[in-house]
Amino acid sequence: MSSTQPLLEIKDLRIQFRTESGTTEAVRGISFELQKGEALAIVGESGSGKSVTALALTRLLPTPPAEFCSGEILFEGRDVLKLSPAELRKVRGGGIAYVFQEPSTSLNPVYSIRSQIAEAIRLHRPEVKDVDAEVVRWLDAVGIVNPAQRMRDYPHQLSGGMQQRAMIAMALSCQPKLLVADEPTTALDVTIQAQILDQLRELRQKFDMSLILITHNFAIIKNLCDKVAVMFRGEIVEFGTAEEVLRNPQHPYTRALIDCIPKLGAHRERLHTIDYSKIPAA
Amino acid sequence: MNDEFLSPGQRMMRRFRRDRIGMIATACVAVLFVVAVTFGTLSLLGIPFPADPNLTNLEVKLRPPSAEHWLGTDNLGRDVLARLLHGAYISLSVGFVAVFVSLAIGVVVGAVSGYFGGWVDNVIMRVVDAIMCFPTFFLILTAVALMGPSLINIIVVIGLVSWTGTARLVRAEFLTLRESEYVRAARGLGQNSFAIIFKHILPNAAAPIFVTAVLGIPDAILTEAGLSFLGFGVQPPQATWGNIISDGKSYILDAWWLILFPGLAIFLSALAFYLAGDALRRAASSKSETQ
Amino acid sequence: MIHFIIRRLLITLVLVFFISLVSFFIITLTPGSPYPWGELDPKISQTVKDNYRKQFHLDEPIWMQYYLNMKGLFSGDLRSIKDGRPVLERIGERLPATLALNVCAIVISLSFGLLIGVYSARNAGRWPDVTLSVISFAMLALPGFWISYLVIIGITDWFGTPMLGTSTYGTIFPNAASQMLDYAWHLALPASLLALGGIAAQSRYIRASMIETLGEDYIRTARAKGLDEETVSYKHALRNSIRPLITGIGGLLPALIGGSIIIESIFAYPGIGRLGYQAVLERDYSTLVALNFITAALVLLGNLLADILYAAVDPRVRLE
Repeated sequence: MSSTQPLLEIKDLRIQFRTESGTTEAVRGISFELQKGEALAIVGESGSGKSVTALALTRLLPTPPAEFCSGEILFEGRDVLKLSPAELRKVRGGGIAYVFQEPSTSLNPVYSIRSQIAEAIRLHRPEVKDVDAEVVRWLDAVGIVNPAQRMRDYPHQLSGGMQQRAMIAMALSCQPKLLVADEPTTALDVTIQAQILDQLRELRQKFDMSLILITHNFAIIKNLCDKVAVMFRGEIVEFGTAEEVLRNPQHPYTRALIDCIPKLGAHRERLHTIDYSKIPAA
Repeated sequence: MNDEFLSPGQRMMRRFRRDRIGMIATACVAVLFVVAVTFGTLSLLGIPFPADPNLTNLEVKLRPPSAEHWLGTDNLGRDVLARLLHGAYISLSVGFVAVFVSLAIGVVVGAVSGYFGGWVDNVIMRVVDAIMCFPTFFLILTAVALMGPSLINIIVVIGLVSWTGTARLVRAEFLTLRESEYVRAARGLGQNSFAIIFKHILPNAAAPIFVTAVLGIPDAILTEAGLSFLGFGVQPPQATWGNIISDGKSYILDAWWLILFPGLAIFLSALAFYLAGDALRRAASSKSETQ
Repeated sequence: MIHFIIRRLLITLVLVFFISLVSFFIITLTPGSPYPWGELDPKISQTVKDNYRKQFHLDEPIWMQYYLNMKGLFSGDLRSIKDGRPVLERIGERLPATLALNVCAIVISLSFGLLIGVYSARNAGRWPDVTLSVISFAMLALPGFWISYLVIIGITDWFGTPMLGTSTYGTIFPNAASQMLDYAWHLALPASLLALGGIAAQSRYIRASMIETLGEDYIRTARAKGLDEETVSYKHALRNSIRPLITGIGGLLPALIGGSIIIESIFAYPGIGRLGYQAVLERDYSTLVALNFITAALVLLGNLLADILYAAVDPRVRLE
């Protein structure tokens, strides 16, 4: 194992939300590492804290109501939580880029695809002379047909799958070290899901990019992610390589989650559900 | 300290009580209400407390505020404070009743339009669009001038002209609520349209309607003041806040108190209603504004 | 885009028809004497009344009256009761002044409303926003005539500057520029006072809209890209929040024209607001019908322009 610094290190992160109805702890002391070039899947159900963790990496959580209680988020050795606004803006997009769940609402409806991607390129890679050519290059890399024409379209003129590809292109065009994909395929058709995931795998290999994939669906992480972190109610209850966790889950919650995946051909009378009473209080 | 168990109405009340500005404004509205009702009753019974608003005394005409006449006297020597107090109920009653009329019309029109949709909705909305193009004040002025400026006429005309905003709001609410699950469930159970409108949709639309009503009161008060000012409000010798100013028009450069105090009364009343209404609107809305 | 404009135009024409109906029937159906003088006034002989009835077709069936009135209006033949001059001519004289006043007021309303609204939205919930909120409502609550008088008293008492009418009476101007300046001065104050309510209303629309927009996903994307808050607010959020500002023009226009009745009277400004007030005093029905119709038609036109403007800003609207 090399002793180089991990790309991302989370140390005992605690995040809570304060609203008029009370205070809720969303993330309760999680820690993990991500090496350069690695792909980590964070798996959990709604409310487990996985999306909050993802957004916390570049402080994208609105602070009220979110509060960072304690812990560190070290990206390339520097604590994101202590960066100045200007330094933080450099990390956003240039260091860590995002792909969100709902592509239809994550793109600005009044600007063309070209203009939104070009904006990112101009911000993080000012040395690029021909920005349009760069936009075309990235749209092509994500598998969009006829990119020179499509880039002039507005988001609502693209299908869901294409919108997501455009978002990926926009994220990658800044050449980030880490791509965070928060449920990137959940809002898409099943057939398109597979295509997008294949695309991500290809891009990962081509650019040797680190990836954090947030999902509630265990089925999609195989072949895509090296490591898996299972989150339940704000804590990481299991962590390991994808192989190990899938083959030999330790924690009862992980076991229950994996059991929930319907398997083709398997003989079963009833679908599995998760019995929360059997899970040790987190 | 969780309020998961409170009903929407209770939650709204809780949020409203926490809003300091809203609470102060509501207190002012309550004070205004009490003043108007008290002195209005005194006025109608003919009791001249604290002074006779109709007592003319040319020897003390156009006196600035003093110990005997706290807010001064007008061009006929009448005490301004007394006229202000005894005229308060006019402004308030126009406000409340006109809003009530416009609400009644607006809710019915909006409900029919929003619930039934289709060509009914289309036609109604076109008519509403057309009416909303009219400068309402001019329309009201024209109608009141032609009908004769009495309290009833003013109230009715304002009500008949102002319902369009409410209609649009109610229609929008109905359009959304009509598609909600519980309405479909009710229809599935066989309830007829009337019942659905009254028992299911209206209660849910009630909050925004109520807020519109409260916010409509100051509009009506300001309109009535404007009418009075132009000479088409309730006529002297009955005092109204607007006609004190109107009577003082000719003396503005010398008798500033004839303009300042009635105008202040109108301004503060309207402001109180606006702030209270806005606080209500914020309390009723489910979205929080700080984030 | 052309299709959009044509569709809007057709709807506008239908509305113009509705408006003409409303204008006419408001005047005719309102209870009250049809004559500008009292029914029972003994000085007016029956012959005069008969002539009056004939001239204004008061004995014809109501739809005939409507038709004749509208025909007269559009052909310029409809005459004022007061001095027999064609109504359109009287209105035409005064219209430019009111248009100048109202356009000025709109510009003031939109620009200040936008500035205040955006600032409030970006600081939502904190004390600058709360203070501006209260100030906005205060502006709405101000009776136009009250603040106008207070300002006039204040300025004439302290500065001794003339400001009524469109130009300083009895002055000879050395050149066009100083005359323009004088005109602008006389326009500035009434337009600003007229615009107060508009500033308040527009700022609240923009504020609400911006707050909603700032919560949208694509704003989060913009921030995630590393853009600074100014760019996020003014480039990404603002263009999506503008719709209420433009729709607000629809409500602003009639309010301004209504408000100009009082403002014009107080400032002795020779516009159609003042004409309308005089027509009401004199029961000049033809002028009243014409004025109600024309003002509403102007508002309609304003709305149409606003809609076209909005379609230019948001590409999705053109498909509607």
